[in-house]
Amino acid sequence: MTPQKQIEPDIQVDKNTTETAPGNGSQEVSGNDTTMYTTKPMSPELKQGQTAKAERRDQDNSKATTDHKILIENVNFYYGKSHALHDISLKIPSNKVTAFIGPSGCGKSTLLRALNRMHDLIPKARLEGRVELDGEDIYDPGTDVDLLRRRVGMVFQKSNPFPRSIYDNVAYGVRINNLTKSKADLDARVEKSLRGAALWEEVKDRLKTSASGLSGGQQQRLCIARAMAVEPEVILMDEPCSALDPIATQRIEELILELRDQFTIVIVTHNMQQATRVSDHTAFFWLGKLIEFDTTEKIFTNPSNQMTEDYITGRFG
Amino acid sequence: MASLAQRKFISRIMTGLTALCAVLVIVALFAILAYILIGGVRYLSLDFLVNDPKPVGEAHSGIRNAIVGSAILVAVGSVIGIPIGVLGGLFLAETEAHKLASIIRFLIDNLIGVPSIIIGVFAWTAIVKPTGHFSGWAGGLALAMMMAPIVARTTEEMIKLVPMELREAALALGAPRWRVSLGVVLRTAAGGIGTGCMLAIARVAGETAPLLFTALGLGYLNTNLNQPMASLTYQIYYYATSPYEDWHAMAWSATLVLITMIFMLNIAVKFILRSKHS
Repeated sequence: MTPQKQIEPDIQVDKNTTETAPGNGSQEVSGNDTTMYTTKPMSPELKQGQTAKAERRDQDNSKATTDHKILIENVNFYYGKSHALHDISLKIPSNKVTAFIGPSGCGKSTLLRALNRMHDLIPKARLEGRVELDGEDIYDPGTDVDLLRRRVGMVFQKSNPFPRSIYDNVAYGVRINNLTKSKADLDARVEKSLRGAALWEEVKDRLKTSASGLSGGQQQRLCIARAMAVEPEVILMDEPCSALDPIATQRIEELILELRDQFTIVIVTHNMQQATRVSDHTAFFWLGKLIEFDTTEKIFTNPSNQMTEDYITGRFG
Repeated sequence: MASLAQRKFISRIMTGLTALCAVLVIVALFAILAYILIGGVRYLSLDFLVNDPKPVGEAHSGIRNAIVGSAILVAVGSVIGIPIGVLGGLFLAETEAHKLASIIRFLIDNLIGVPSIIIGVFAWTAIVKPTGHFSGWAGGLALAMMMAPIVARTTEEMIKLVPMELREAALALGAPRWRVSLGVVLRTAAGGIGTGCMLAIARVAGETAPLLFTALGLGYLNTNLNQPMASLTYQIYYYATSPYEDWHAMAWSATLVLITMIFMLNIAVKFILRSKHS
């Protein structure tokens, strides 16, 4: 089992200073602005303002350095009478790729969908426990679910572009959330998302043609671009490559590695090798229970739990 | 166990019988068309379509008032009945109140099965009696009452065909539920819903009973909805039951015109369907 390459923290910080568009606010301020404090002495008013700003930034930083974006605590999930998830507790780290692995029917997709409240569509679904995004309970009755779904985007197993043009697909989320003021802004956003999804060069001349004319891999990248266009903080991916050929799969995996800096990514995958290739942390599920959660390297080279070892060596699956 | 020859023989007989039945159906259809064609061609001319009826025996009589009247009545029925039907069908398909939805569905199915004469009598009681006179409004509303349940059911079926993935994709982008229903789902199902509407229009264009007590008929052109209005179907009925030979012939021709219009509408629906799928 090839151990997955870990990117060292300081390289990650270096990447922050490049011009790639930042996805969430807290990331922008990590590390860089501390140089402000070492320059010339300030006037008292300025210092007060700076201190307030620093406090706010430290709060943001403390969320970032608490290092989990999503907290899942003692979650039990029921479809009607069927108990699908048993007492799951887990912290999804920020700006990393977390993989959920496990055999079919073990609850990984169920947990993934619970993170952006997609189960609200199913009347018999019920969740007990706590799920927090940046410290706020997302299952609180007062939560703005539409805003939650904008912050936590989702890419599905089978690509599902709308039966509209490529431009309209990417622009859909932006338009309905009123995120841009002018056509030029919207054009820029669409271009940025398509570039971010490594699709721009292939479609820039045919933005107004129907999205159904794209190949499977291109459609999936379009769905990723569409999710990115609303500038979420988290992207959930439910087996995004399972319907794609190996070359398209490789391109999407490369994309995931590039996107890691901007977003927190959670990916459900059946393919263990894929988990080793793209993820930093892996959670192994079995029959609705979380068996083990650790860095990918540890899970695949030296798992603590015997069942994990049995699964990754293929003794059952 | 019968021998192979016996089984083959029986199989051939069954095939023959079922083919015969299919042929009988087609023969019936062609017989109707043939009768109408033979009977109606005599009076058919441009004059016939463009002129209003003249007193019995005079030449160049026409059914323009009936054609225009039918068109107006069906238009009124559609404008009222289709939006109600579409939104009702949307509710049935998208609602989470499944119990309520199945009750409504049951009632709608029964309503579709109600004989059209009862709808006509109801419209008479509800609209003509209080207002004191026959009117195009009453006729249009009676037709709307017939169209809405049909459109609702076909809309519901079309919306159910929209895959869940499309709804999920829109919801996952932060779209509120109503927006997903109206924007994504309805737009995707629009083709099928349009087809359902056109079929409902074709169905209702051939109805006589709802118009019998509501729009009644008129011997001359009238576009005022507050007054009685001619319609092709009523005119045919009126002419066919009259004692005049001339009018009988005109009834045949009017029937031919009606059948042709409905036929063309159905062909248009097929054409649109095919161009969508290609």
